[in-house]
Amino acid sequence: MKLRDYIIRRLILLIPILLGVTLLTFTVSHIIPADVARVFAGGEKANPETIARIRAEMHLDDPLYKQYYYYLNDLIHGNLGKSYSENRPVTEAIKQYFPATAELTILAMLLAIPVGILTGIISAVRRNQWIDHITRLIAITGVSIPIFWLALMLQIAFAYKYPILPLDSRLGIDVMAPKHITGLYIFDSLVTGNFAALKSSIYHLILPAFTLGYASLGIILRITRSSMLEIVRSDYIRTARAKGLKERTVIYKHALRNALIPTVTVSGLIFAGLLGGAVLTETIFNWPGMGRFAVNAVNNLDFSSVMGFTVIMAIIMVTANLIVDILYSVLDPRIRLGE
Amino acid sequence: MGFIDEWKKRNESRIKETKFTLSLFRHSLLSMIGLGLIIFIVLIALFAPYLAKEHPTYVRLLNPEGKYVTEERWDIHFGDKLLPPSREHYFGTDDYGHDIFSMIVYGARLSIKIGLLVVISATIIGVILGAIAGYFGGYLDELIMRITDIFLSIPGLILAMAFAAALGRSIEHVMYALIIVWWPTYTRLIRGQILKTREETYVEAARSLGTPDSKIIFKHILPNTFAPVFVQMTMDLGNVVLNAAGLSFIGLGANPGTAEWGLMISMGRVYIFQAWWYVFFPGLAIVLFVLGFNLLGDGLRDVLDPKLRR
Repeated sequence: MKLRDYIIRRLILLIPILLGVTLLTFTVSHIIPADVARVFAGGEKANPETIARIRAEMHLDDPLYKQYYYYLNDLIHGNLGKSYSENRPVTEAIKQYFPATAELTILAMLLAIPVGILTGIISAVRRNQWIDHITRLIAITGVSIPIFWLALMLQIAFAYKYPILPLDSRLGIDVMAPKHITGLYIFDSLVTGNFAALKSSIYHLILPAFTLGYASLGIILRITRSSMLEIVRSDYIRTARAKGLKERTVIYKHALRNALIPTVTVSGLIFAGLLGGAVLTETIFNWPGMGRFAVNAVNNLDFSSVMGFTVIMAIIMVTANLIVDILYSVLDPRIRLGE
Repeated sequence: MGFIDEWKKRNESRIKETKFTLSLFRHSLLSMIGLGLIIFIVLIALFAPYLAKEHPTYVRLLNPEGKYVTEERWDIHFGDKLLPPSREHYFGTDDYGHDIFSMIVYGARLSIKIGLLVVISATIIGVILGAIAGYFGGYLDELIMRITDIFLSIPGLILAMAFAAALGRSIEHVMYALIIVWWPTYTRLIRGQILKTREETYVEAARSLGTPDSKIIFKHILPNTFAPVFVQMTMDLGNVVLNAAGLSFIGLGANPGTAEWGLMISMGRVYIFQAWWYVFFPGLAIVLFVLGFNLLGDGLRDVLDPKLRR
């Protein structure tokens, strides 16, 4: 199958999945026991007229299938509904919060991927030696630590006991934000030559990026190690060794290329997952990104925001899946698309 | 020849393989550490009433929805508020004067309960749906797999968050939400394993002898898909507790006042710079719990995976 046909087929297959996701989020938002309209109108003492107006605005008095139809219709027109906790359209809120999350995620991945791959290889090559035990322990600890707890411990250590790094948010209060170009502060401040903002934003990124990166590092290390272990037992590696090639060449030139295929997949999916908001990390570092937005929405029973966020998240995930599958076939020509 | 000898002879190869697996396992340092941690935590949970200095009382209450719920209560001693670790209070006290050590000890019970309930429920659903999809194939397979696709296209914590928030704050609802997140993984895993085993000659042989489908699935196929499922279950016992703690942390889990590790961290967060012990020790408990299951699961995979074991 040609690449183009494959992509088209996959895109068509995405439609039922995304429809399913909307149905799922729609169901979730309709099982809440609380009277949403009353909550948004101001709680117990709300004016009945206001409640009625909000009920009408949210189509809450219509039958469910009609409500779902309205929801889908809006969605097709790029309208994710109104965020009642922020009193503006959900799309607008997401547009504002996305760059902060993107910046944090990119930095975390820049940390996690190279370190994870390198330690994964070392761990596999020196299997069952002490260095393997140590790297594996570090990796497994990374996936076992509650990320919110790690973040709090880092805050105690580096923002309180030895106050060398800022506690939270994206910039110091005395620093002007760089002119908005992409919304990624490091990039924007570099381009506009705003070095005060550059320095401040890098300082603010260190702790959250390390926190996020450490958790991902463990996953990348584990997958690289196990695929490397599998590859070094394969026939072609035995042949390479039999030819008398140097061990270094065998590992880094022959084995690595194939061993990295699962790593690429996993990294892509982690990246997509984090893009949707590192929910807990952002909450702790008071990072104005998608994750914090989602948590606020959940705590305020603002379900149109939760639904909007979940749908965007699903779109990011399925797109990442598609890209990863295509990359897979590029990296390993034995894999035929669509089979 | 005695009955035992006969059994030994009939199962010679199986016994040899098991012995080999066990010896591999014993030589894997990290798995042994993991197993040690798990045994340690289970013992703590079992002997919680003897280890703890303070004990919760359980009261039955009528909640606003008209259902009876059991709530955990700990005596409040404002005089002992936020005391640092000492001989009296090994891990210090919290802002209500509760002994943190005692709460962590009782929290082990809750964590084990959450982990087991969620993982076992998800596995049961996974076995049923995965077996149907994998063995019968066709439209049913297509339908079940597309539904798992939908669930898997939303990141787990976010899906759980949405469900737990919609159902309302309580630890049971967190468990439901986590089951909803975890069943697709097991369904896929078991279906994949079944597709692999279905084509084996011994299954074909059983089928040609006219063995009923249910017997083939339960007797011939499922036992041979056991190893990867067991590894997954071991690791997930830790992961489920980790996610439950995360949900509790953002305010979706147990009610305030319950000895739940994630909730304790969330309550202690306000005091991190005055009372580090309030967040430190519950977090350490989660790390040890999750680490134990991850180490064991990782080691088991190395031992049980035929591609990696030799």
